[in-house]
Amino acid sequence: MTTATWESRAPAGHYRFRHVARMEWTKLWSLRSTWWTLAITFAGAVGMAVVVGANTKNASGDLTNNALAGVIPGMLTIGVLGVLVMTGEYSSGAIRSTLAAVPNRRLLLAAKTAVYGGSVLAVGEAGAFLAFLAGGAALPARVPPPSLGQPGVLRAVVLTGVGLCLIGLLGLGIGAIVRHTAAAIAVLVGGVFVVAQFIVMIARPVIGYVPITIVGSSLGAVQPQGDARHHILSPWSGLAVLCLYAAVVLGAGAWLLVRRDA
Amino acid sequence: MIEARGLTKRYGSTVAVDRLEFEVRPGVVTGFLGPNGSGKSTTMRMILGLDEPDAGDVRIGGRRYRELGWPLREVGALLEARAFHPGRSARSHLRALARGNGVPDRRVEEVLGAVGLADVGRRRAGAFSLGMAQRLGVAAALLGDPGVLLFDEPVNGLDPEGIRWIRDLMRGLAAEGRTVFVSSHLISEIALTAEHLVVIGRGRLLADTSVAELSARSTSLEDAFFELTRDSAEYRGDPAVQGGDLGAPRRGGMS
Ligand SMILES: Nc1ncnc2c1ncn2[C@@H]1O[C@H](COP(=O)(O)OP(=O)(O)OP(=O)(O)O)[C@@H](O)[C@H]1O
Ligand SMILES: [Mg+2]
Repeated sequence: MTTATWESRAPAGHYRFRHVARMEWTKLWSLRSTWWTLAITFAGAVGMAVVVGANTKNASGDLTNNALAGVIPGMLTIGVLGVLVMTGEYSSGAIRSTLAAVPNRRLLLAAKTAVYGGSVLAVGEAGAFLAFLAGGAALPARVPPPSLGQPGVLRAVVLTGVGLCLIGLLGLGIGAIVRHTAAAIAVLVGGVFVVAQFIVMIARPVIGYVPITIVGSSLGAVQPQGDARHHILSPWSGLAVLCLYAAVVLGAGAWLLVRRDA
Repeated sequence: MIEARGLTKRYGSTVAVDRLEFEVRPGVVTGFLGPNGSGKSTTMRMILGLDEPDAGDVRIGGRRYRELGWPLREVGALLEARAFHPGRSARSHLRALARGNGVPDRRVEEVLGAVGLADVGRRRAGAFSLGMAQRLGVAAALLGDPGVLLFDEPVNGLDPEGIRWIRDLMRGLAAEGRTVFVSSHLISEIALTAEHLVVIGRGRLLADTSVAELSARSTSLEDAFFELTRDSAEYRGDPAVQGGDLGAPRRGGMS
């Protein structure tokens, strides 16, 4: 038997970040759960803003912060979706296809971070702005709605969207570390939500460092109670701390991803 | 061309692959035989860079897997277990992989057609039967039109027609000069498909020879295989257990 000699048909060069990002984009948006989760997050944020707005009695308090309250449950859905972006690959075995296409694991996690982070940032900002507008529109006529031109209001709205994105990335990083869906969700919910409850009881001064407090009381506040008495971080310190959390968790995730067998 | 040199992998105290040395040459189908748990799938995962060897290495055309420029255009693999997300359609799964390696979208339609899944490309892959899932794995392997193909138990779940189809496919790929490495439990199937054999037992190389040569060692290829692996089969049934009287309750109740 005479056999042909095979000439590789692969072009010169190398796959790049943009290829991996396109792959991850296709993967993210081809799952129905992504659409559902983001739609629920968005609707929840806007819906809660309307309810809170309509039930406002007077103009005292931080009306902007109230309108953004619906973003807090969205932290859970977006965080869990972030976990699933990673753990869903392991539970299904898809990780093997993914890593066969992209053996550079750091590049893979970077692309996932960019694609998921970018998508959630867009949804988070849209949700925060719409919640702000809807919450203002739902206020009773005698209560003047806050405007984006007032000091601190635009910052609170924008940073709330950013906070949601960072929680999503925290979920992604936890997923890369823990790899099992249920365990990773437990770590996320425990770390972001439950720990907060205990801290209030036993170690009040660190309450300001809990992710949920940062998003709700530092990032989303027009006049953050940025004093030692309430132990709440200022918006920019809160943002820095939250970024640090996401960076540490993603860094640890990348470190493990490179070292562990798939 | 695939070359393993001193390839070793341990999981705790188990030595799954033990100083394995072999070459898989282009132009012929090379069968990869060994009893259950002998390290075939582990070797395949190491070739793909999914598992890191504890010692030695394995190269494809002289390079490690992670050094390949466009991995799917150089190596295609069908792995043992399902390697796709159940919530994604077959088409989306393949599109994502294609885009990751700069393969045009139209190639996805070609391979879906080639494996007979063109009509179900929109369906959730999680609802696929074992045979359909296997075909999707073959489609993914062919996606980048690679010169090296790995198939781990490809006939798993395929009907007789599917088995013949994959056999012809593998032989056709080899005839084009590609390197084809296929693991299987079915010796009769390997006898029809492969020309060359790599046989392992307990992670060690037992034979690296042609099918014809190994068959000539005994009355049949199967007998030759059993003689070769007699001492290294870990999970072998005990014939004495056959015909035990389970489930035949005796009169007079339990005794
Ligand atoms: N991820 C893992 N963790 C621990 N042990 C493993 C792992 N993967 C494989 N092993 C062990 O390594 C050995 C080789 O397994 P492997 O799956 O490579 O065998 P195989 O030849 O593919 O078997 P089969 O014919 O049943 O598919 C077995 O003892 C198995 O239990
Ligand atoms: Mg196996």
